[in-house]
Amino acid sequence: MTKYAFLIPLLPLLAFVLIVFFFRWKEKLSSLFAIAMIIISWVMSVMVLLETIARHGAPYEAFYQFINLPKFILEIGILVDPLTAVMLMVVTTVGACVEVYSIGYMHGDPRFSRFFAYLSLFLFSMLGLVVANNFFMIFIFWELVGLTSYLLIGFWFEKKSAADACKKAFITTRVGDLGFLVGLFMMGFYLGTFNYGGVFEKVAAGVVPAGILTLMAIFVFGGAVGKSAQFPLHVWLPDAMEGPTPVSALIHAATMVAAGVYLVARSITLYVGSTEASLVVAVIGIVTSVMAATIALVQNDIKRVLAYSTISQLGYMIMALGLYGYDTSLGHHSAGFYAGTFHLMTHAFFKGLLFLGAGSVIHAVHTNDIQDMGGLLSKTKITAYTFMIASLSISGIFPFSGFWSKDEVIASTGGHPIFMFLTLVVAFMTAFYMWRLCFLTFFGKPRDQHRFEHAHESPKVMTVPLMILAFLSIFAGWVGLPWLSNGFSSFVFHGEAYKTEASWLMMTISTIVAGSGIVVAYLMYYKKVISPERMMERFKPIYTLLYNKYYFDELYQVGVLNPVMAFGRLMWKFDAKVIDGLVNFTGWFTIVWADIQQWFDKWIIDGAVNGSGWLVRQGANVLKFIQSGSMQFYALFILTGIVLFGIFKFELVFISYRWPTLSIIFILSVVLLAGVSRMIQGGYETNENAESEE
Amino acid sequence: MNFQLPEIHISLMLPELFLFIWALLIITFDVVTKRKNEHTVGYLALLGLLIDGAILSVTGYGSGFGNMFFNDPMALFFKVIFLGSAFMAIASSFGLMHQKIVNHRGEFYALILFSTVGMMFLSSSDELLSLYIGLELTTIPLFVLAAFFKDDRLSVEAGMKYFVIGAFSSALMLYGISFLYGLSGTTDLVQMKINLAITHLTFKDIGVILSLAVLLILGGIGFKLALPPFHQWTPDVYEGAPTPVAAFLSVGSKAAGLVAFAKIFINGLYAFYGAEMAPNDWGRLVGVGAILAMIIGNVVAIRQTNIKRMLGYSSIAQVGYIMIGMVSMNEFGLTSVGFYMFTYMFANMGAFAVVAFFEDKSGSCQISSYRGLSKTSPFLATSLTMFLLSLAGIPPLAGFVAKYAVFAAAINMATSGVAYHWIFWLVGIGLLTSVFALFYYVNPVKQMFFSKEDSPYKISLSAPAFTVVLIGLIGIVLFGLYPDPILQFASQISASFGFLPH
Repeated sequence: MTKYAFLIPLLPLLAFVLIVFFFRWKEKLSSLFAIAMIIISWVMSVMVLLETIARHGAPYEAFYQFINLPKFILEIGILVDPLTAVMLMVVTTVGACVEVYSIGYMHGDPRFSRFFAYLSLFLFSMLGLVVANNFFMIFIFWELVGLTSYLLIGFWFEKKSAADACKKAFITTRVGDLGFLVGLFMMGFYLGTFNYGGVFEKVAAGVVPAGILTLMAIFVFGGAVGKSAQFPLHVWLPDAMEGPTPVSALIHAATMVAAGVYLVARSITLYVGSTEASLVVAVIGIVTSVMAATIALVQNDIKRVLAYSTISQLGYMIMALGLYGYDTSLGHHSAGFYAGTFHLMTHAFFKGLLFLGAGSVIHAVHTNDIQDMGGLLSKTKITAYTFMIASLSISGIFPFSGFWSKDEVIASTGGHPIFMFLTLVVAFMTAFYMWRLCFLTFFGKPRDQHRFEHAHESPKVMTVPLMILAFLSIFAGWVGLPWLSNGFSSFVFHGEAYKTEASWLMMTISTIVAGSGIVVAYLMYYKKVISPERMMERFKPIYTLLYNKYYFDELYQVGVLNPVMAFGRLMWKFDAKVIDGLVNFTGWFTIVWADIQQWFDKWIIDGAVNGSGWLVRQGANVLKFIQSGSMQFYALFILTGIVLFGIFKFELVFISYRWPTLSIIFILSVVLLAGVSRMIQGGYETNENAESEE
Repeated sequence: MNFQLPEIHISLMLPELFLFIWALLIITFDVVTKRKNEHTVGYLALLGLLIDGAILSVTGYGSGFGNMFFNDPMALFFKVIFLGSAFMAIASSFGLMHQKIVNHRGEFYALILFSTVGMMFLSSSDELLSLYIGLELTTIPLFVLAAFFKDDRLSVEAGMKYFVIGAFSSALMLYGISFLYGLSGTTDLVQMKINLAITHLTFKDIGVILSLAVLLILGGIGFKLALPPFHQWTPDVYEGAPTPVAAFLSVGSKAAGLVAFAKIFINGLYAFYGAEMAPNDWGRLVGVGAILAMIIGNVVAIRQTNIKRMLGYSSIAQVGYIMIGMVSMNEFGLTSVGFYMFTYMFANMGAFAVVAFFEDKSGSCQISSYRGLSKTSPFLATSLTMFLLSLAGIPPLAGFVAKYAVFAAAINMATSGVAYHWIFWLVGIGLLTSVFALFYYVNPVKQMFFSKEDSPYKISLSAPAFTVVLIGLIGIVLFGLYPDPILQFASQISASFGFLPH
């Protein structure tokens, strides 16, 4: 079956194509076909996973070279190793659950079929990303998942916020992608191959100088920063919650955002080779984690809390991988790789569940604001209990799956006290904000009686996926029990398998930390022993800072967007004005010329003063100069170009020519030509084709 | 007196001769049938191009007419592009013929074919005079074609502008050629390289005149390529000319310019390329032109509301990317140029074809009038999207591989020595501006797909129109996924210029 693993991504693609071209008017058929395809993919993924286990994790690779020039080889192929097999499992499982759930959630939407088409396209791209055997293919699928994410965030594009959010997501992640692309170029240039095996072999052989390797690793990490919403490119993910909730669950919680983590895990050899790059990765990870967790403490939009929680947990994984690279490059033994990928898997299940649960709640009360909820436990039993299971899991309570993976992440910070402290702080905050969410949503008195009365449990088609994911949120982590001799750590590993040991001390500490987070939330939001309002008052500045998400959006508006827009406007004028100052100077000269002309006309050719009038007028018009539509001027401009090039060239020939001299010649010639051209043009009205924007 | 006639080898010239005679026959046929033949003339022209393609495929390499006529892989490769773009231009002009041009169909097609013949001659000449004649033969029919709507002010203005500017730059080029002849005493480009080197060694001070010649020729060819600062006619002419003609201008004429550029600058003036102080080091000049092209083309295109003007600026930008490959003097450089041009043909001809069909139906070229087209004509809207995305260089379409190849070649060159570090600038600006480019290429897509109302136009495609779109789509998808054969073929161009893989 592993041989046919390439079919796993192709089946959803088939669904996409058929829905778009044939099924789009038949809603039921569209959704059922999409689900059927992903379920077949899921079955195949299970078989691939079992076969990989049976092979003891030996990788399977098949490819075909589609460009083969000397020094330039591109191939297309698949690689199935334990990491791939696990990711396939995760993506198809969550994907199938989300598609089933969407039948209920998207019911009655005018673009129902299109939604399933997009979801299928996304699954194709994501699965393709996972089975790819080289960085070039990863990049292609990387862009494709970005595109589908863009389409799905903006699915309800009538809403301005959704339209803005999808643009923001697309552009922000592209900043990271640019880094990734540069990394790819460096890879192509220094290593001459994109194949994982080829790249790692050459890196291990030390083909690349250390500095270059560090740069390459950091650039590649840039892609992960964008996709996984790490600091400082995290701003798009909370806004991406404007998309339909199943999309948030699948793309912006479980799979696509994890692609960044997957990329780092995949290219971990680069980081093992570079202590500095690893440190950058680890620091970015922990900074993101702490920052996002603090923001999540005070948000009131249920999906945004979850979004910040996602960013925070992704930061965890990235940090674990970074620390693995750091420790290993220094020759120490580290659990980071195993911990990061393990947490990636468990997180996909419980965070997917949390989002679907949130969607079910929103479906019931038609609001995102947790301040308008409360007491929903009695109305939406299944949603509430599964949501709480996921919350226990993400908080890291024994024996839920989050406990095992989170414990490993915290344990992987072993040799780094600051990291360990911060991860524990994040664990505390995670437990607190998740249970704040639970208590405010499901317990207490309803704060909006009207909404409460109309609330109802979601249909079966939505609750069954919740239950499946709840089951996985409890038990999926058990594959990594520290007592297993053939557990996750000996299946997915890099280099040497990590021998997990149950550390009772660690487990106790993390349980206490998580438990105290829950207890504090309980006291504040259930028992109301500590008044949240008073806390808010007391820490007003901090609260405001957190509530406004550290003002990142405003900062980017002022620091990046405004300058870029200004630059854009400036550049647009370039063709019309070539160089502002130069043309102004020309304008000035023309005016002066007009004055001279006036003087000349007035005193020498008395009576022939009409000309001076238009010269002054032309002086004002001089700005729409270059693309004037006048043929004569175009011809003159060609000459100007030659003169310009000539000056540029002669500077190269006679280097002794001083720069100021050259500038003067340059300016004089342009001014002369400009003046002469205006004279030639005279009164002709030849602006038929002049630039429309002028 | 010992006078020997040069060997002729007329069979080498068979494709050109055939196409020329075929064009004459088309005019005759049109007149004989009293211009009542509707589309028959057009189909005849298409048939002629197909037959010519077949003839081309059996014409071998070699030289004839005393080295005045020369068939090599580059000539063959570009002749395929010329024939292809002529084919697509003609096939996309049927609607136009039906509506606007009633009495001069024969001339319209024949002029396109004449221009194609000129391009083919040009790509086979390895000698300045025949090259210049080829260039003129290419351009003069295009002057007429640009002004083909005699009653339309914009079209006449376009033709007039194109003609005057074209004549002007031809004169510049001819002046430059005369300098080169004076310095080297030959018009044969290969001999010229040797003679110039000798002259340079003998008289140290030829630098100024040689520089002047380089500048003038660059001006002349820069006009054909629309390479800034010689680009200004482009948007005006594209806007005014009949759309299929604009398409042909943007691909066929551009490819011809590239061939002329490669022949003169690489064959004739390569000797001192890259040496810092060399008098005919044209690399940096072209580099500056490429930078201007990428910035001006991509940035100004953002503001355009007319799709033909937008594509005009886009073609300026694309020339910038192509020139990056051109200044990369290694075995990848010309390969990437050829490959880029080849894929550009599919994407750009396709995009212009869709624009032409839309114009036939709606009479409008405004981007805003494409609103909601995906609902009434999904195939056309999807096709245009694919073409624009390929032009923007989005994987897995062919435009991406082309951009990749160009940048790869440039980086390879830039790292080969300190003297070439300036090429990094081109790569950096190229990457940056290709991000800008996304903005304007996506704009029509936004109009077509993300608009609430339906388009008032429902466009049904005729058979030739459908064929053009299909050829374009197949081209960008197939050569995006499987570019290997074209890259292999294009690498023979590099080889024929002496850049061998090492």
